[in-house]
Amino acid sequence: MKRREFITLPAASLGGVLLYTLTGESEKLRAQASSGEIKVALRFFTAAEARVVEAAAERIFPSDASGPGATEAGVVIYIDRQLAGPYGRDKYRYTKAPFVQAGPEYGYQGKENPREIYRAGVAGLADFAELKPAGQDQKLRSIQSSNFFKLLRQHTLEGMFSDPMHGGNAGMAGWQLIGYPGPLMSYREEIDKNYGEEFRRKPMSLAQITGRAVTGWEDEKD
Amino acid sequence: MQQLKPVDVVIAGGGFVGLTLAKEIASRTPLSVVVLERGKPRKLADYATGMDELDYSVRYRMMQNLSEETATHRHSMRDSAVPIRQYGSFNPGTGVGGAGEHWAGISYRFYPEQFRLASFLREKFGTKVPENVAVQDWGFSYQEFEPYYWRAEQMIGVGGKAGNLEGKQIDGGNVFEGPRSHEYPNPPHKRTYATTLFEKAVRDLGYHPYPVPTATLSRNYTNPDGIARSGCQYCGYCVRYGCMIGAKAQPTNLLMPLLQKRKNFTLRTGCSVRRVLHRDGKAEGLSYLDTSGEEIHQPASIVILASWTLNNSRLLLLSKLGEPYDPATGKGTVGRNLTHQVSQSTRMFLDKPMNSFMGAGGLGTGISDLDGKEGLDAYPGVLRGGNIRLMSTGEGPIASFGAIPPGEVEQEWGAEFKKAALRWHDRTASISTEAEHLAYRQNFLDLDPAYTDKYGDPLTRMTLDWTEHERAQGAMLTGVHQKIAKAMGARAATSNSRQLERYTVTSYQSTHVNGGAIMGASPERSVVNPWLQHWQMPNLWIAGASAFPQNGSGNPTLTILALTLRCADALVDRYIKKPGALA
Ligand SMILES: Cc1cc2nc3c(=O)[nH]c(=O)nc-3n(C[C@H](O)[C@H](O)[C@H](O)COP(=O)(O)OP(=O)(O)OC[C@H]3O[C@@H](n4cnc5c(N)ncnc54)[C@H](O)[C@@H]3O)c2cc1C
Ligand code: SF4
Repeated sequence: MKRREFITLPAASLGGVLLYTLTGESEKLRAQASSGEIKVALRFFTAAEARVVEAAAERIFPSDASGPGATEAGVVIYIDRQLAGPYGRDKYRYTKAPFVQAGPEYGYQGKENPREIYRAGVAGLADFAELKPAGQDQKLRSIQSSNFFKLLRQHTLEGMFSDPMHGGNAGMAGWQLIGYPGPLMSYREEIDKNYGEEFRRKPMSLAQITGRAVTGWEDEKD
Repeated sequence: MQQLKPVDVVIAGGGFVGLTLAKEIASRTPLSVVVLERGKPRKLADYATGMDELDYSVRYRMMQNLSEETATHRHSMRDSAVPIRQYGSFNPGTGVGGAGEHWAGISYRFYPEQFRLASFLREKFGTKVPENVAVQDWGFSYQEFEPYYWRAEQMIGVGGKAGNLEGKQIDGGNVFEGPRSHEYPNPPHKRTYATTLFEKAVRDLGYHPYPVPTATLSRNYTNPDGIARSGCQYCGYCVRYGCMIGAKAQPTNLLMPLLQKRKNFTLRTGCSVRRVLHRDGKAEGLSYLDTSGEEIHQPASIVILASWTLNNSRLLLLSKLGEPYDPATGKGTVGRNLTHQVSQSTRMFLDKPMNSFMGAGGLGTGISDLDGKEGLDAYPGVLRGGNIRLMSTGEGPIASFGAIPPGEVEQEWGAEFKKAALRWHDRTASISTEAEHLAYRQNFLDLDPAYTDKYGDPLTRMTLDWTEHERAQGAMLTGVHQKIAKAMGARAATSNSRQLERYTVTSYQSTHVNGGAIMGASPERSVVNPWLQHWQMPNLWIAGASAFPQNGSGNPTLTILALTLRCADALVDRYIKKPGALA
C-alpha cells in the first residue's frame, strides 16, 4: 500500500483565531501568530505536491493586508479532497470518445480528468515552493491560459468560500473575510430591513446550523 | 428480459409533468398508474443538509449525471456535433420530482398572441417575417386556456399582483399581460434593497414595474388539493437546491403526499426507459432497464412520455415512432421546432452593500414594456420582445465573489485581484432578461451518429444557433438594461450581449428548452394534437415543453403545468371514457 503522506501546517493559521468584525474592515481579520503545528493526512497529493499547490494557491489568493488567504483557509486540503473524490476522477463528466478539438463555446473537451491535469501541472512546477513570490508569480503568469491553472484558480476560490466540511475555509476565514453568515435558514425578518447596510453575523457552518453531521459529495461511498 | 403484468397507464419520467399526470389520473379514476423514474427517491428531509453551494450549485448534485447521458450540440447542419461534457447552458433534472425540485419557481403566463403566433406575425408583419421562421399556432386560444392557468396557479400557490383583471388594467401588476379571471392566490414577496432600487429607477424612466410571479410561497398556503405549505424564509438556497421547508412548489411536496395515499399508484425509481413498445399503430407499453441492467417490459393500455424535452423526442426516435424531421425538405415531424430562450444579463456595480445572499428563487421586480408585442415599433426587425427584471435569488459566496468592473485589474488572481474583489463584493446586482425564442426551420433535434449514452444508445443531437433576430432582441433589451443601470446609479455595468453571437454551451442560460414533439393543428407539421395525444397512435401521449411550438418569454413551467392539466382533462373526461383519437 502507498505510504500515507501528510502536510504540516501552522496550527493557529489553519482555522486559527480570527477576530470577527461586524464592520467588515478586513484589517482586523488577521490571523493570530501561530504556535505549534498540525499534520493533516493527504488523500491524493504527495507531500511535495501539496507544498507546490499550497504555495501556488497562496499566490492566487494571498494572505496580505486585506485579510487571510489560501494558506490560512486550508485551500490545499480542500483541493486534495476534491481530487481524491468522485469529481477528481470525472464521475460526473461525459468522458466517452471521440475527443475532438472544439471552440471555446464548448468548454473543456479533453480526455484528462482533474487528477491527471493536476498531476501533470504540478510536475511542471517543481521547485515552485522554493521560489521567491515574484518568481512564483512570473511562473504562474506563464501558465495562465492552461487548463491546470484555470482549475487551480477556480479551486482556490472554492476552497476559500465553500462550507468547511469540504476541508477549506478553515475557521470560516473566507466567510469572515467577506461577511458571509453561512447557510442560515431564515432571513424572513431581515430581508426587507438593513437596506443599503451590511447585515453581518458571526458565520456558522452547515453542521453548526443543522446540528447534524454533514459530509460532502467527495466523501460519498460508491 | 422480464415481462410484467399489464397496467392501465405507464408514464416515463417522474418529474413535474409525469407526477402531475399521475396524480390527476390516479385520484380521478380507478385506473392503475405506474411511473418509471430513472433517478433516485427524494424527500424533504434531504434538503436541510443540502444547503451547500459547492455540491449543489457548483457541482450540480441534483442534476442528471452527464457521464451516463448527455446531449450533443452543433450550430448548423454543416458542423459535426460536440458532446456537452459538463454543465452547461441548461440543467436537466433527475430523480423524483425532476428539475421541479430545484427550479426557481418563477411563474409567468405566456401572452395571448403566443398561442396563435404564426397567425399574429403574419397579420402584423406580413412578408417582413424571415422566411426561415417556423412558428406555429398552438391549436387553442389563451381564453380557452385561462382556466388551466388559474388551476395551475392555485396548485403551486403563485404569489404576485394582477395587472389585468378581466381586461381592467391595474397599476402595480404587469399591465401588459393577458386578462386574468382572478387575482393571484398569494400576495407578492417581501422586497430586497436591490429590487427597490430597480423599481424606483424603472418608474422614473416611465416603465411599469411589477413583482415577479413566483411559486416560492409568500405566506403559508393550502392549495385546493389540501396540501399545506409554509411561507418562504428567503434562505437563498433555492435555485439548484430543494427547499428544506417545502415553501417552494416541488413535486415531492405537492404531488407525492397525495399519490402515496393511492393504492392504484406505483412509483418505480432507478428505471431508465429505453423504448416505447408498439405494434400495428398502437403503443403497447414501455421497455426499461432497472439499476441492475435487466431489461423489463411494462405493458399498458395508455402510454405517456413525460421525460422532459430532450428525452421525449429521443424516445420517439429510438423507438422509430413517427417520421424524423428533415430540415432540408421540411418533411417529417419528430425533432422539429427546437427552441431555447433568449437570455441576457447585465452585471451592475453599485455603491452600497446588497446582502445578496438573502433572497428566493422567485423574488424579483420586472418590467414588460418591451415584452410580447409591446413597445417594438422603435425597433424594426424585432418581432417579439422579452421581460427585464432584477432577481434577488440568493447568491452564494462562491458564485458572487470576484465580480470586478472591467479593466480595473490586470489579472484575475493575486493581491490586486483580491483587493478589488473584496472592495466590490456584495456591491453588485444583475438585471436579466428572458425573451421569446422563435422557432426556425434549421433548429431541430435528431439522434447523434457518433456519441452514445452508457447503454450504447445514441445521444440526442441539438442543432441550434441564434439568428439576427435574437441578436436584435438582445441589443434592444440590453440597451434598456444599460439605461436602468445608469438610473440606479451603477458605477459600471457589463452586458453579456456577446452570448448571442454564437450559441454557447458553457454559459447557463435557462433550463427552458422546448419543442421536438410539438403540438399543432395538423399531423403533417406536429407530433401531437392540442391535447398532447399522438396523431397516429391515440393511446400514446407526450407531455411537457416538448409540445411548445416555440417559446414565450416567461419561464415555462406554469404553462407546462397548465398544459398538463388540460391534457389530464382530455384523458380522464374523454379518452378513458371513449378511447380513440380526440377530434
Ligand atoms: C436551475 C433551474 C431553475 C429553473 N427555474 C425555473 C423557473 O424559475 N421557472 C420555470 O418556469 N421553470 C424553471 N425551471 C424549469 C423547470 O424545472 C422545468 O420546466 C420543469 O421541471 C419541467 O418539468 P418536466 O416534468 O417536463 O421535467 P422534469 O421535472 O425535469 O422531469 C423529468 C423527469 O423525467 C426523468 N427521465 C428522463 N428521461 C428518462 C428516462 N429515459 N427514463 C425514466 N425517467 C426519465 C428525469 O429523471 C426527470 O425526473 C428551472 C430549471 C432548472 C434546472
Ligand atoms: S428561498 Fe424560500 S422557497 Fe427557496 S429554498 Fe429558501 S425557504 Fe425555500
